[in-house]
Amino acid sequence: MDIVRVLERLGHTVDYPEAQTCCGQPAFNSGYWDEARAVAERQMTIFRDAEAVVIASGSCGAMVQVFYPELFRHHPREIEARALSAKTFEFSDFLVNQLGVLDVGARFLGRATFHDGCHGLRELGLKKEPRLLLQHVQGLELVEMQEAETCCGFGGTFAVKFPMISTAMGEVKCASIAETGADYVISNDSSCLMQIRGILDRQGKTTKTLHLAEVLART
Amino acid sequence: MKTHAQEFSESARQYTADLRHRDWIQQALSGYYAKRDECKSRFQNWAGARELAAEIKREAINHLDRYLDEFASKLEARGTKVFWAPDAQAARDYIVGVARQHRVRSIIKSKSMTAEEIHLNEALEKNGFKVVESDMGEYIVQLRQEPPYHIVFPAMHLTRQQISGLFHDRLGSEPTNNPEDLTMIARHIMRRKYCEADMGISGANFAIAETGMISITENEGNARLTTSLPKVHVALVGIEKVLPKLSDLALFLPMLATAGAGQPITCYNTLYGGPRQPDEPDGPEEFHAVLLDNRRTELLADAEQRDALHCIRCGACLNVCPIFKNVGGHSYGTTYQGPIGSVITPHLRGLQDWKHLSQASSLCGACTETCPVKIDLHHHLLRNRRNAVRGHPGRREKLLQAGFVFMMRRPKLYQFVARAGRRLQPLQRLIRGTIFDPLRAWTQTRSFPSLAKKSFRELWRERRIP
Repeated sequence: MDIVRVLERLGHTVDYPEAQTCCGQPAFNSGYWDEARAVAERQMTIFRDAEAVVIASGSCGAMVQVFYPELFRHHPREIEARALSAKTFEFSDFLVNQLGVLDVGARFLGRATFHDGCHGLRELGLKKEPRLLLQHVQGLELVEMQEAETCCGFGGTFAVKFPMISTAMGEVKCASIAETGADYVISNDSSCLMQIRGILDRQGKTTKTLHLAEVLART
Repeated sequence: MKTHAQEFSESARQYTADLRHRDWIQQALSGYYAKRDECKSRFQNWAGARELAAEIKREAINHLDRYLDEFASKLEARGTKVFWAPDAQAARDYIVGVARQHRVRSIIKSKSMTAEEIHLNEALEKNGFKVVESDMGEYIVQLRQEPPYHIVFPAMHLTRQQISGLFHDRLGSEPTNNPEDLTMIARHIMRRKYCEADMGISGANFAIAETGMISITENEGNARLTTSLPKVHVALVGIEKVLPKLSDLALFLPMLATAGAGQPITCYNTLYGGPRQPDEPDGPEEFHAVLLDNRRTELLADAEQRDALHCIRCGACLNVCPIFKNVGGHSYGTTYQGPIGSVITPHLRGLQDWKHLSQASSLCGACTETCPVKIDLHHHLLRNRRNAVRGHPGRREKLLQAGFVFMMRRPKLYQFVARAGRRLQPLQRLIRGTIFDPLRAWTQTRSFPSLAKKSFRELWRERRIP
């Protein structure tokens, strides 16, 4: 709901098609491309008339923006897939590069570090966007961690197919977060945050996880 | 018998629980990162250099037939015997045959991952030939009777103390923690081996079509001695090693050194063009080049993943891979570890037996980002997963995926299941972490977030209709 608040504060009209479900990434990443296509086709129909589609996660964003065109290559609906891809944006990408907004008028007191979700960072090339937005938040002190770009180990079904590797990666990440002494770890990907929080919780750490939108919505 | 997948999971479980291993690998690589970045900054434009390198390799691989012919005929013109090995068996048989023909007593070998790929040492030893590795790291893992841990740093998993202990046990040397002393111990033994050996085996870093030359790049000078002192030199060359022009090395040598070891250029860079020519003072009397296919042409036939043949075996993708750093090189059970190994092993050794390596990835893409020749590594892992499912879908997962599609195409059902999940979550606490817990794979090591009381859709509705 925080994304809606920020966008409306900036004067935009937000719609939420209630029939939407999942982008299909879990099936796609597991190798079940026919199944992923069946799910993706629904979303393509639902968002056909939208002017722009804003996604709260770099990972889901990458699925639509980068992998839909690949998934529908040589498919009758390839043009539609490409059209949806072209008008879909991850939240920070949309604010900074589409709306040209850096200061959303947010206030947030605290010391925070930013975790780059791999899909947002490497598939969508978003590194400076979330940082620019956070630098303009009043009262927020942003500190970089050593391993900001290192994967947190979530990786979708990988997290439960290879829990030992996933957890080890998460521990490396959390050690890096702890080194900064930050009270908050912010990311533009909820799934990374679920992984990070899951491990921090188990370690008894008090560092809180926040989605970028939660910070930008505070005034 | 355990499957490769089971062996991988078991080993990964052990290594990921070994915090000393984790810290050591992290520490061993920290110097590399700094030096690699420094060397990258010496390039006027690293991104441009990568583009160019990828372009040159694309040209070489897309016209492999032409460049290989050119390479082979130029080599033959100077008296090199060229053998085209369709598979590992043929390559092994040929090399064993050469050793027999010359009644070889002792063989010295410089570093070659291609030789590891065809298990050359085992074949030679089975036939009564003794092989000594002359590369320091390879010598260490040979003494330990284990495969290389990393394609570039075979012994990176070992501390100085461990190496000192190994030398003490196997060579009877005094314990020391000084790297120079350790090197001198090996060097002392090695010098004698070079003089005794009547056959030298090497790999190749690049095969230059234009001039018919093999380029070997190394830091210890051991490959030079291996290839020039014995009477017979056998070079084992994967057919993907071809570069069209000699001048391509001006880009590839510093690039390989930078990406591979964080060096501006490797210490010794040598080109080998054939056996000793009449007007030359030294060099081997006979030079054999074994060109190995071993299913590389099958990868070449795969238009989607052909670029995996661009690989120059720099190991950069291993060094940045969080999977590699946590499970360690030996868990893979393959010749080529890390992301490139996970991509090509299914092609070289069978997709169904090795698909688990493509699944054991969070798809973070750090490998693709760092690869100097721009191989689309992490997307190839996705393609391997897709191909594996096409060939042989798992029955249980196929059912789960069908359920996923069924639900995601029915928003009402999806909303119902989500609501049920929110209601039932308190009950999950009772069974958390036990074998009855459906989320066990997650909750054994991580806490599961409490689901929001209301879904986004419910909040959305309340907001619209106050």
